[in-house]
Amino acid sequence: MADTHTATRRQSGAFAMRSYSDIARLWVRASLAYPASFALMTVSGFLITGLDFVALWLMFTHLTDLGGFSLIQIALLYGASSVGLRVADLLIGSVEQIGLHVRTGRLDQMLTRPVPLLVQVCADNFSLRRFGQISQAVIVFAWGCFAVDWNPPRVLVAVLMVVSSGVIFFGLFVGFSCVQFWTTDSTEFANAFTYGGNTITQYPLSIYPQELTKSLTFLLPIAFVNWYPCLYLLGVDDPFGLPSWLQFCSPVAAAVVLGGALLAWRTGVRHYTSTGS
Amino acid sequence: MLSLYAAVGRRSFRRYSTYTAATLAGIFTNSVFGLIYSFAYIALWDNAPDAGGYDTIDAVTFVWLGQALLMTVALWGGGTTDDLSERIRSGDIAIDLYRPTGLVGWYLAGDLGRATYHLVTRGLGPTFIGLLFFHIRLPSSPLDAAAFAVSLVLAVVVSFGLRFVVASSAFWLLDSSGARFLSGAFAIFFSGMMLPLVLFPGWLGTLARALPWSAIIQVPNDIWLGQYDGWALLGALGFQALWVALLLGLCEAVLRAATRKVVVQGG
Repeated sequence: MADTHTATRRQSGAFAMRSYSDIARLWVRASLAYPASFALMTVSGFLITGLDFVALWLMFTHLTDLGGFSLIQIALLYGASSVGLRVADLLIGSVEQIGLHVRTGRLDQMLTRPVPLLVQVCADNFSLRRFGQISQAVIVFAWGCFAVDWNPPRVLVAVLMVVSSGVIFFGLFVGFSCVQFWTTDSTEFANAFTYGGNTITQYPLSIYPQELTKSLTFLLPIAFVNWYPCLYLLGVDDPFGLPSWLQFCSPVAAAVVLGGALLAWRTGVRHYTSTGS
Repeated sequence: MLSLYAAVGRRSFRRYSTYTAATLAGIFTNSVFGLIYSFAYIALWDNAPDAGGYDTIDAVTFVWLGQALLMTVALWGGGTTDDLSERIRSGDIAIDLYRPTGLVGWYLAGDLGRATYHLVTRGLGPTFIGLLFFHIRLPSSPLDAAAFAVSLVLAVVVSFGLRFVVASSAFWLLDSSGARFLSGAFAIFFSGMMLPLVLFPGWLGTLARALPWSAIIQVPNDIWLGQYDGWALLGALGFQALWVALLLGLCEAVLRAATRKVVVQGG
Protein backbone atom coordinates (compact mmCIF):
# COMPACT_ATOMS: atom_id res chain seq x y z
CA MET A 1 0.00 0.00 0.00
CA ALA A 2 2.70 2.42 1.06
CA ASP A 3 4.75 1.23 -1.90
CA THR A 4 2.06 2.05 -4.44
CA HIS A 5 1.65 5.41 -2.78
CA THR A 6 5.32 6.35 -3.21
CA ALA A 7 5.23 4.93 -6.72
CA THR A 8 2.31 7.18 -7.71
CA ARG A 9 4.00 10.14 -6.14
CA ARG A 10 7.21 9.47 -8.03
CA GLN A 11 5.16 9.07 -11.18
CA SER A 12 3.32 12.33 -10.67
CA GLY A 13 6.63 14.05 -10.00
CA ALA A 14 8.03 12.74 -13.28
CA PHE A 15 4.81 13.75 -15.02
CA ALA A 16 5.09 17.28 -13.63
CA MET A 17 8.68 17.54 -14.86
CA ARG A 18 7.75 16.24 -18.28
CA SER A 19 4.82 18.65 -18.56
CA TYR A 20 7.08 21.49 -17.52
CA SER A 21 9.66 20.71 -20.18
CA ASP A 22 6.95 20.25 -22.83
CA ILE A 23 5.44 23.66 -22.11
CA ALA A 24 8.88 25.27 -21.83
CA ARG A 25 9.91 23.84 -25.21
CA LEU A 26 6.87 25.35 -26.87
CA TRP A 27 7.74 28.78 -25.47
CA VAL A 28 11.35 28.45 -26.63
CA ARG A 29 10.14 27.73 -30.15
CA ALA A 30 7.75 30.67 -29.97
CA SER A 31 10.47 33.06 -28.83
CA LEU A 32 12.69 31.97 -31.71
CA ALA A 33 10.00 33.11 -34.15
CA TYR A 34 11.50 36.61 -33.93
CA PRO A 35 15.22 35.72 -34.01
CA ALA A 36 16.52 39.30 -34.06
CA SER A 37 14.46 40.21 -31.05
CA PHE A 38 15.50 37.05 -29.22
CA ALA A 39 19.20 37.75 -29.81
CA LEU A 40 18.81 41.36 -28.67
CA MET A 41 16.98 40.28 -25.52
CA THR A 42 19.66 37.75 -24.59
CA VAL A 43 22.47 40.19 -25.19
CA SER A 44 20.72 42.98 -23.32
CA GLY A 45 19.98 40.64 -20.43
CA PHE A 46 23.70 40.00 -20.16
CA LEU A 47 24.42 43.68 -20.60
CA ILE A 48 21.94 45.06 -18.09
CA THR A 49 23.14 42.83 -15.30
CA GLY A 50 26.70 43.33 -16.52
CA LEU A 51 26.37 47.12 -16.26
CA ASP A 52 25.01 46.57 -12.77
CA PHE A 53 28.37 45.10 -11.79
CA VAL A 54 30.24 47.79 -13.74
CA ALA A 55 28.48 50.35 -11.52
CA LEU A 56 29.81 48.50 -8.47
CA TRP A 57 33.26 48.51 -10.00
CA LEU A 58 33.01 52.24 -10.72
CA MET A 59 32.13 52.77 -7.06
CA PHE A 60 35.47 51.20 -6.24
CA THR A 61 37.33 53.83 -8.24
CA HIS A 62 36.52 56.00 -5.18
CA LEU A 63 36.93 53.28 -2.55
CA THR A 64 39.27 50.57 -1.31
CA ASP A 65 36.58 48.72 0.61
CA LEU A 66 32.83 48.87 1.16
CA GLY A 67 31.68 47.81 4.61
CA GLY A 68 35.07 46.14 5.12
CA PHE A 69 34.92 44.05 1.93
CA SER A 70 37.09 44.36 -1.19
CA LEU A 71 35.69 44.31 -4.73
CA ILE A 72 36.59 40.66 -5.36
CA GLN A 73 34.98 39.63 -2.07
CA ILE A 74 31.86 41.56 -3.03
CA ALA A 75 31.96 39.75 -6.38
CA LEU A 76 31.61 36.48 -4.47
CA LEU A 77 28.60 37.82 -2.56
CA TYR A 78 27.09 39.32 -5.72
CA GLY A 79 27.65 36.15 -7.74
CA ALA A 80 26.20 33.76 -5.17
CA SER A 81 23.04 35.83 -4.79
CA SER A 82 22.62 36.52 -8.50
CA VAL A 83 23.19 32.95 -9.71
CA GLY A 84 20.42 31.84 -7.33
CA LEU A 85 18.05 34.61 -8.37
CA ARG A 86 18.65 34.24 -12.10
CA VAL A 87 18.25 30.46 -12.15
CA ALA A 88 15.05 30.73 -10.11
CA ASP A 89 13.89 33.52 -12.43
CA LEU A 90 14.51 31.37 -15.53
CA LEU A 91 12.73 28.32 -14.13
CA ILE A 92 9.76 29.82 -12.31
CA GLY A 93 9.92 33.62 -12.66
CA SER A 94 6.70 33.58 -14.69
CA VAL A 95 4.79 32.84 -11.49
CA GLU A 96 4.69 36.60 -10.93
CA GLN A 97 2.18 36.84 -13.79
CA ILE A 98 -0.40 34.99 -11.70
CA GLY A 99 -2.49 38.14 -11.24
CA LEU A 100 -2.69 38.55 -15.02
CA HIS A 101 -4.00 34.98 -15.34
CA VAL A 102 -6.61 35.72 -12.68
CA ARG A 103 -7.69 38.94 -14.42
CA THR A 104 -7.90 37.45 -17.91
CA GLY A 105 -9.59 34.26 -16.71
CA ARG A 106 -6.74 32.10 -18.04
CA LEU A 107 -6.36 30.60 -14.59
CA ASP A 108 -9.76 28.94 -14.98
CA GLN A 109 -8.60 27.31 -18.22
CA MET A 110 -5.43 26.15 -16.51
CA LEU A 111 -7.36 24.63 -13.62
CA THR A 112 -9.28 22.40 -16.00
CA ARG A 113 -6.12 20.95 -17.53
CA PRO A 114 -4.68 17.71 -16.16
CA VAL A 115 -1.32 19.31 -15.30
CA PRO A 116 -0.44 20.74 -11.85
CA LEU A 117 -1.31 24.43 -11.74
CA LEU A 118 2.05 25.52 -10.34
CA VAL A 119 3.82 23.76 -13.22
CA GLN A 120 1.64 25.50 -15.79
CA VAL A 121 2.06 28.93 -14.25
CA CYS A 122 5.83 28.57 -13.86
CA ALA A 123 6.46 27.14 -17.31
CA ASP A 124 4.26 29.77 -18.93
CA ASN A 125 6.27 32.19 -21.05
CA PHE A 126 9.50 30.29 -20.32
CA SER A 127 12.26 32.65 -21.45
CA LEU A 128 15.44 31.03 -22.64
CA ARG A 129 16.90 34.50 -23.13
CA ARG A 130 17.44 34.68 -19.37
CA PHE A 131 20.58 32.60 -19.98
CA GLY A 132 22.18 35.96 -20.77
CA GLN A 133 21.67 37.05 -17.18
CA ILE A 134 22.65 33.68 -15.74
CA SER A 135 25.96 33.70 -17.61
CA GLN A 136 26.76 37.19 -16.29
CA ALA A 137 26.09 36.02 -12.72
CA VAL A 138 28.23 32.91 -13.23
CA ILE A 139 31.15 34.97 -14.57
CA VAL A 140 31.08 37.33 -11.57
CA PHE A 141 30.78 34.36 -9.19
CA ALA A 142 33.70 32.58 -10.85
CA TRP A 143 35.86 35.67 -10.41
CA GLY A 144 34.75 36.03 -6.79
CA CYS A 145 35.85 32.43 -6.14
CA PHE A 146 39.46 33.59 -6.42
CA ALA A 147 38.96 35.43 -3.12
CA VAL A 148 38.52 32.11 -1.32
CA ASP A 149 41.28 29.94 0.11
CA TRP A 150 39.68 26.62 -0.88
CA ASN A 151 39.54 23.41 1.14
CA PRO A 152 37.00 20.52 1.04
CA PRO A 153 34.57 21.87 3.70
CA ARG A 154 34.51 25.22 1.95
CA VAL A 155 33.72 23.57 -1.39
CA LEU A 156 30.80 21.82 0.29
CA VAL A 157 29.53 25.04 1.88
CA ALA A 158 29.85 26.84 -1.48
CA VAL A 159 27.82 24.19 -3.30
CA LEU A 160 25.13 24.22 -0.59
CA MET A 161 25.12 28.01 -0.73
CA VAL A 162 24.37 28.20 -4.45
CA VAL A 163 21.67 25.53 -4.26
CA SER A 164 20.07 27.15 -1.19
CA SER A 165 20.22 30.55 -2.85
CA GLY A 166 18.26 29.20 -5.81
CA VAL A 167 15.71 27.52 -3.54
CA ILE A 168 15.27 30.62 -1.37
CA PHE A 169 14.62 32.81 -4.40
CA PHE A 170 12.28 30.13 -5.77
CA GLY A 171 10.36 30.39 -2.51
CA LEU A 172 10.31 34.19 -2.58
CA PHE A 173 9.01 34.27 -6.16
CA VAL A 174 6.22 31.79 -5.45
CA GLY A 175 5.37 32.95 -1.92
CA PHE A 176 5.06 36.65 -2.60
CA SER A 177 3.29 36.15 -5.93
CA CYS A 178 0.50 34.44 -3.99
CA VAL A 179 -0.53 37.87 -2.69
CA GLN A 180 -2.02 38.35 -6.15
CA PHE A 181 -4.67 35.73 -5.50
CA TRP A 182 -6.16 38.43 -3.28
CA THR A 183 -5.09 41.66 -5.01
CA THR A 184 -4.77 40.52 -8.69
CA ASP A 185 -2.72 43.53 -9.82
CA SER A 186 0.28 43.99 -7.57
CA THR A 187 3.05 42.20 -9.47
CA GLU A 188 5.58 44.73 -8.27
CA PHE A 189 5.02 43.89 -4.60
CA ALA A 190 6.87 40.60 -5.05
CA ASN A 191 9.71 42.41 -6.83
CA ALA A 192 10.61 44.17 -3.60
CA PHE A 193 11.49 40.78 -2.11
CA THR A 194 12.86 38.92 -5.14
CA TYR A 195 14.87 41.55 -7.03
CA GLY A 196 15.06 43.64 -3.86
CA GLY A 197 16.41 40.63 -1.98
CA ASN A 198 18.98 40.19 -4.70
CA THR A 199 20.01 43.86 -4.65
CA ILE A 200 20.25 44.02 -0.86
CA THR A 201 22.54 40.97 -0.78
CA GLN A 202 24.75 42.27 -3.59
CA TYR A 203 26.36 44.49 -0.97
CA PRO A 204 27.92 43.19 2.24
CA LEU A 205 25.26 43.30 4.95
CA SER A 206 27.75 45.14 7.17
CA ILE A 207 26.69 48.41 5.49
CA TYR A 208 23.14 48.12 6.85
CA PRO A 209 21.87 48.79 10.38
CA GLN A 210 21.96 45.79 12.68
CA GLU A 211 18.15 45.58 12.88
CA LEU A 212 17.90 45.14 9.12
CA THR A 213 20.47 42.34 9.09
CA LYS A 214 18.70 40.59 11.96
CA SER A 215 15.37 40.85 10.14
CA LEU A 216 16.99 39.33 7.06
CA THR A 217 18.25 36.49 9.25
CA PHE A 218 15.37 35.59 11.52
CA LEU A 219 12.29 37.18 9.95
CA LEU A 220 12.77 36.64 6.23
CA PRO A 221 15.99 34.64 5.89
CA ILE A 222 17.33 36.26 2.72
CA ALA A 223 20.76 36.74 4.31
CA PHE A 224 21.35 32.99 3.89
CA VAL A 225 21.54 33.24 0.08
CA ASN A 226 25.12 34.45 0.40
CA TRP A 227 26.06 36.42 3.51
CA TYR A 228 26.50 33.71 6.17
CA PRO A 229 28.08 31.05 3.94
CA CYS A 230 30.38 33.69 2.41
CA LEU A 231 31.57 34.76 5.86
CA TYR A 232 32.68 31.14 6.30
CA LEU A 233 34.22 30.90 2.81
CA LEU A 234 36.18 34.11 3.32
CA GLY A 235 37.08 33.33 6.92
CA VAL A 236 35.70 36.70 8.06
CA ASP A 237 34.28 37.21 11.57
CA ASP A 238 30.62 38.19 11.68
CA PRO A 239 30.64 42.02 11.93
CA PHE A 240 27.46 41.85 14.03
CA GLY A 241 28.85 39.17 16.34
CA LEU A 242 26.09 36.67 15.55
CA PRO A 243 26.87 32.98 16.24
CA SER A 244 29.08 31.26 13.67
CA TRP A 245 26.86 28.19 13.35
CA LEU A 246 24.49 30.38 11.33
CA GLN A 247 27.08 30.13 8.56
CA PHE A 248 26.06 26.51 7.95
CA CYS A 249 22.31 27.08 8.13
CA SER A 250 21.55 28.03 4.50
CA PRO A 251 19.91 24.68 3.67
CA VAL A 252 17.69 25.00 6.74
CA ALA A 253 16.66 28.52 5.76
CA ALA A 254 15.97 27.28 2.21
CA ALA A 255 13.74 24.51 3.53
CA VAL A 256 11.82 26.96 5.72
CA VAL A 257 11.28 29.45 2.89
CA LEU A 258 10.24 26.70 0.48
CA GLY A 259 7.80 25.26 3.00
CA GLY A 260 6.29 28.67 3.66
CA ALA A 261 5.96 29.39 -0.04
CA LEU A 262 4.22 26.10 -0.83
CA LEU A 263 1.85 26.67 2.07
CA ALA A 264 1.08 30.17 0.76
CA TRP A 265 0.48 28.71 -2.68
CA ARG A 266 -1.97 26.12 -1.37
CA THR A 267 -3.82 28.71 0.67
CA GLY A 268 -3.93 31.04 -2.35
CA VAL A 269 -5.29 28.42 -4.73
CA ARG A 270 -7.93 27.33 -2.20
CA HIS A 271 -8.94 30.93 -1.67
CA TYR A 272 -9.23 31.52 -5.40
CA THR A 273 -12.67 32.10 -6.75
CA SER A 274 -12.88 32.97 -10.40
CA THR A 275 -13.43 36.57 -11.43
CA GLY A 276 -16.40 35.18 -13.29
CA SER A 277 -15.58 36.96 -16.52
CA MET B 1 -5.75 71.28 -31.58
CA LEU B 2 -4.24 71.88 -28.18
CA SER B 3 -7.51 70.91 -26.50
CA LEU B 4 -7.43 67.62 -28.39
CA TYR B 5 -4.01 66.79 -26.99
CA ALA B 6 -5.18 67.88 -23.54
CA ALA B 7 -8.12 65.48 -23.85
CA VAL B 8 -5.81 62.63 -24.88
CA GLY B 9 -3.54 63.39 -21.93
CA ARG B 10 -6.43 63.54 -19.46
CA ARG B 11 -7.77 60.18 -20.57
CA SER B 12 -4.37 58.62 -20.37
CA PHE B 13 -4.08 59.92 -16.81
CA ARG B 14 -7.40 58.29 -15.93
CA ARG B 15 -6.46 55.05 -17.63
CA TYR B 16 -3.41 54.62 -15.42
CA SER B 17 -5.25 55.67 -12.28
CA THR B 18 -7.49 52.56 -12.43
CA TYR B 19 -4.86 50.29 -10.96
CA THR B 20 -4.63 51.36 -7.32
CA ALA B 21 -3.21 48.15 -5.86
CA ALA B 22 -0.52 48.13 -8.55
CA THR B 23 0.36 51.73 -7.69
CA LEU B 24 0.64 51.01 -3.97
CA ALA B 25 2.74 47.91 -4.63
CA GLY B 26 4.98 50.00 -6.88
CA ILE B 27 5.46 52.70 -4.25
CA PHE B 28 6.38 50.00 -1.74
CA THR B 29 8.93 48.49 -4.11
CA ASN B 30 10.45 51.87 -5.00
CA SER B 31 10.82 52.60 -1.30
CA VAL B 32 12.55 49.28 -0.61
CA PHE B 33 15.07 49.97 -3.37
CA GLY B 34 15.47 53.54 -2.12
CA LEU B 35 16.31 52.18 1.31
CA ILE B 36 18.89 49.72 -0.04
CA TYR B 37 20.66 52.26 -2.24
CA SER B 38 20.62 54.88 0.53
CA PHE B 39 22.61 52.60 2.83
CA ALA B 40 24.97 51.67 0.01
CA TYR B 41 25.62 55.34 -0.80
CA ILE B 42 25.99 56.28 2.86
CA ALA B 43 28.68 53.59 3.15
CA LEU B 44 30.33 54.89 -0.02
CA TRP B 45 30.33 58.54 1.04
CA ASP B 46 31.46 57.63 4.57
CA ASN B 47 34.60 56.20 3.00
CA ALA B 48 34.99 58.82 0.29
CA PRO B 49 33.46 62.11 1.52
CA ASP B 50 32.70 64.57 -1.29
CA ALA B 51 33.12 61.92 -4.02
CA GLY B 52 31.95 63.49 -7.29
CA GLY B 53 31.33 66.80 -5.53
CA TYR B 54 28.36 65.43 -3.56
CA ASP B 55 28.10 65.11 0.20
CA THR B 56 26.21 62.29 1.92
CA ILE B 57 22.93 64.24 1.99
CA ASP B 58 23.22 64.99 -1.74
CA ALA B 59 23.85 61.31 -2.43
CA VAL B 60 20.86 60.09 -0.40
CA THR B 61 18.66 62.77 -1.97
CA PHE B 62 19.86 61.57 -5.38
CA VAL B 63 18.71 58.04 -4.55
CA TRP B 64 15.19 59.08 -3.56
CA LEU B 65 14.84 61.47 -6.50
CA GLY B 66 15.83 58.59 -8.76
CA GLN B 67 13.17 56.31 -7.25
CA ALA B 68 10.59 59.09 -7.56
CA LEU B 69 11.46 59.79 -11.21
CA LEU B 70 11.91 56.17 -12.33
CA MET B 71 8.27 55.67 -13.30
CA THR B 72 7.53 59.31 -14.08
CA VAL B 73 10.09 59.36 -16.87
CA ALA B 74 9.40 55.67 -17.69
CA LEU B 75 13.12 54.97 -17.64
CA TRP B 76 12.69 51.21 -18.06
CA GLY B 77 10.26 51.68 -20.91
CA GLY B 78 6.51 51.33 -20.74
CA GLY B 79 4.08 54.17 -21.28
CA THR B 80 2.25 54.89 -24.50
CA THR B 81 5.25 53.85 -26.60
CA ASP B 82 4.57 50.25 -25.55
CA ASP B 83 1.09 50.60 -27.04
CA LEU B 84 2.69 51.97 -30.18
CA SER B 85 4.96 48.98 -30.68
CA GLU B 86 2.11 46.56 -30.01
CA ARG B 87 -0.08 48.38 -32.54
CA ILE B 88 2.69 48.24 -35.13
CA ARG B 89 3.04 44.49 -34.58
CA SER B 90 -0.70 43.89 -34.82
CA GLY B 91 -1.21 46.27 -37.75
CA ASP B 92 -3.58 48.58 -35.85
CA ILE B 93 -1.08 51.35 -36.53
CA ALA B 94 -2.82 51.77 -39.90
CA ILE B 95 -5.83 53.20 -38.02
CA ASP B 96 -3.57 55.62 -36.14
CA LEU B 97 -2.12 56.82 -39.43
CA TYR B 98 -5.62 57.69 -40.73
CA ARG B 99 -6.17 60.13 -37.87
CA PRO B 100 -6.02 63.79 -38.83
CA THR B 101 -3.49 64.45 -36.06
CA GLY B 102 0.22 63.87 -35.89
CA LEU B 103 1.16 60.47 -34.53
CA VAL B 104 4.04 61.80 -32.44
CA GLY B 105 1.88 64.46 -30.80
CA TRP B 106 -0.90 61.97 -30.11
CA TYR B 107 1.38 59.53 -28.31
CA LEU B 108 3.34 62.30 -26.59
CA ALA B 109 0.12 63.77 -25.16
CA GLY B 110 -0.84 60.34 -23.84
CA ASP B 111 2.59 59.87 -22.33
CA LEU B 112 2.48 63.25 -20.59
CA GLY B 113 -0.87 62.26 -19.05
CA ARG B 114 0.70 59.02 -17.83
CA ALA B 115 3.74 60.88 -16.48
CA THR B 116 1.51 63.27 -14.53
CA TYR B 117 -0.26 60.35 -12.89
CA HIS B 118 3.01 58.62 -12.06
CA LEU B 119 4.48 61.87 -10.69
CA VAL B 120 1.68 62.43 -8.18
CA THR B 121 1.63 58.78 -7.07
CA ARG B 122 4.89 56.96 -7.76
CA GLY B 123 6.82 60.23 -7.47
CA LEU B 124 5.39 61.70 -4.28
CA GLY B 125 4.98 58.33 -2.52
CA PRO B 126 8.65 57.33 -2.27
CA THR B 127 9.68 60.96 -1.69
CA PHE B 128 7.47 61.01 1.40
CA ILE B 129 8.99 57.73 2.66
CA GLY B 130 12.47 59.06 1.98
CA LEU B 131 11.76 62.27 3.91
CA LEU B 132 10.46 60.20 6.79
CA PHE B 133 13.53 57.98 7.17
CA PHE B 134 16.44 60.01 5.84
CA HIS B 135 17.80 63.50 5.79
CA ILE B 136 16.94 64.78 2.33
CA ARG B 137 17.80 68.06 0.65
CA LEU B 138 14.99 70.21 -0.75
CA PRO B 139 15.49 72.79 -3.50
CA SER B 140 17.23 75.75 -1.90
CA SER B 141 15.39 78.48 -3.82
CA PRO B 142 12.09 78.98 -5.67
CA LEU B 143 14.19 79.45 -8.81
CA ASP B 144 15.70 75.96 -8.43
CA ALA B 145 12.26 74.49 -7.75
CA ALA B 146 10.80 76.14 -10.86
CA ALA B 147 13.78 75.08 -12.96
CA PHE B 148 13.33 71.52 -11.69
CA ALA B 149 9.69 71.55 -12.79
CA VAL B 150 10.69 72.66 -16.31
CA SER B 151 13.54 70.18 -16.35
CA LEU B 152 11.21 67.35 -15.38
CA VAL B 153 8.91 68.01 -18.33
CA LEU B 154 11.90 68.10 -20.66
CA ALA B 155 13.16 64.84 -19.10
CA VAL B 156 9.86 63.09 -19.84
CA VAL B 157 9.94 64.30 -23.45
CA VAL B 158 13.56 63.20 -23.95
CA SER B 159 12.65 59.77 -22.56
CA PHE B 160 9.56 59.69 -24.78
CA GLY B 161 11.63 60.54 -27.86
CA LEU B 162 14.04 57.69 -27.20
CA ARG B 163 11.24 55.23 -26.47
CA PHE B 164 9.28 56.29 -29.56
CA VAL B 165 12.25 55.71 -31.85
CA VAL B 166 12.96 52.34 -30.24
CA ALA B 167 9.30 51.28 -30.43
CA SER B 168 9.27 52.27 -34.12
CA SER B 169 11.90 49.62 -34.76
CA ALA B 170 8.89 47.27 -34.79
CA PHE B 171 8.16 48.58 -38.31
CA TRP B 172 11.28 46.71 -39.40
CA LEU B 173 11.78 44.03 -36.72
CA LEU B 174 8.03 43.34 -36.16
CA ASP B 175 8.75 42.61 -32.50
CA SER B 176 10.50 45.48 -30.76
CA SER B 177 10.76 43.92 -27.30
CA GLY B 178 14.46 43.09 -27.74
CA ALA B 179 15.29 46.63 -28.78
CA ARG B 180 13.21 48.05 -25.94
CA PHE B 181 14.94 45.85 -23.40
CA LEU B 182 18.37 46.88 -24.68
CA SER B 183 17.43 50.53 -24.66
CA GLY B 184 16.19 50.15 -21.08
CA ALA B 185 19.56 48.70 -20.07
CA PHE B 186 21.39 51.71 -21.48
CA ALA B 187 18.89 54.11 -19.96
CA ILE B 188 19.35 52.72 -16.44
CA PHE B 189 23.13 52.90 -16.68
CA PHE B 190 23.70 56.15 -18.56
CA SER B 191 20.96 58.18 -16.86
CA GLY B 192 22.71 58.04 -13.50
CA MET B 193 20.01 55.79 -12.05
CA MET B 194 22.45 53.01 -11.24
CA LEU B 195 25.23 55.28 -10.08
CA PRO B 196 25.33 59.10 -10.25
CA LEU B 197 27.22 60.12 -13.39
CA VAL B 198 29.41 62.42 -11.27
CA LEU B 199 31.17 59.26 -10.06
CA PHE B 200 31.99 58.05 -13.58
CA PRO B 201 35.71 58.57 -14.14
CA GLY B 202 37.47 60.40 -17.01
CA TRP B 203 36.25 60.03 -20.58
CA LEU B 204 33.42 57.73 -19.55
CA GLY B 205 32.04 60.49 -17.35
CA THR B 206 32.36 63.07 -20.13
CA LEU B 207 30.67 60.76 -22.61
CA ALA B 208 27.87 59.79 -20.23
CA ARG B 209 27.08 63.40 -19.44
CA ALA B 210 26.78 64.29 -23.14
CA LEU B 211 24.40 61.44 -24.05
CA PRO B 212 20.63 62.01 -24.03
CA TRP B 213 20.04 59.66 -21.08
CA SER B 214 21.79 62.08 -18.71
CA ALA B 215 19.00 64.57 -19.51
CA ILE B 216 16.50 62.13 -18.00
CA ILE B 217 17.78 61.68 -14.42
CA GLN B 218 21.17 63.29 -13.80
CA VAL B 219 20.29 66.80 -15.00
CA PRO B 220 16.95 67.17 -13.16
CA ASN B 221 18.54 65.75 -10.00
CA ASP B 222 21.47 68.16 -10.19
CA ILE B 223 19.06 71.06 -10.61
CA TRP B 224 17.14 69.91 -7.53
CA LEU B 225 20.40 69.64 -5.59
CA GLY B 226 21.36 73.19 -6.61
CA GLN B 227 24.48 72.14 -8.52
CA TYR B 228 23.88 74.80 -11.17
CA ASP B 229 23.77 78.59 -10.68
CA GLY B 230 22.86 81.38 -13.07
CA TRP B 231 23.95 80.70 -16.63
CA ALA B 232 24.90 77.11 -15.85
CA LEU B 233 21.27 76.47 -14.89
CA LEU B 234 20.12 77.87 -18.21
CA GLY B 235 22.79 75.77 -19.92
CA ALA B 236 21.50 72.59 -18.25
CA LEU B 237 17.95 73.28 -19.41
CA GLY B 238 19.31 74.17 -22.85
CA PHE B 239 21.10 70.81 -23.01
CA GLN B 240 17.80 69.04 -22.33
CA ALA B 241 15.93 71.23 -24.83
CA LEU B 242 18.52 70.42 -27.47
CA TRP B 243 17.95 66.69 -27.03
CA VAL B 244 14.18 67.25 -27.08
CA ALA B 245 14.47 68.99 -30.46
CA LEU B 246 16.84 66.39 -31.90
CA LEU B 247 14.84 63.41 -30.72
CA LEU B 248 11.42 64.71 -31.76
CA GLY B 249 12.92 65.49 -35.16
CA LEU B 250 14.25 61.95 -35.31
CA CYS B 251 10.81 60.57 -34.34
CA GLU B 252 9.24 62.38 -37.31
CA ALA B 253 11.97 61.20 -39.66
CA VAL B 254 11.68 57.58 -38.56
CA LEU B 255 7.92 57.77 -38.91
CA ARG B 256 8.20 59.15 -42.47
CA ALA B 257 10.54 56.32 -43.44
CA ALA B 258 8.28 53.76 -41.76
CA THR B 259 5.09 55.07 -43.34
CA ARG B 260 6.55 54.48 -46.78
CA LYS B 261 7.15 50.89 -45.73
CA VAL B 262 3.59 50.43 -44.50
CA VAL B 263 2.29 51.62 -47.86
CA VAL B 264 4.63 49.27 -49.72
CA GLN B 265 3.28 46.36 -47.65
CA GLY B 266 -0.21 47.29 -48.73
CA GLY B 267 -1.33 48.50 -45.32
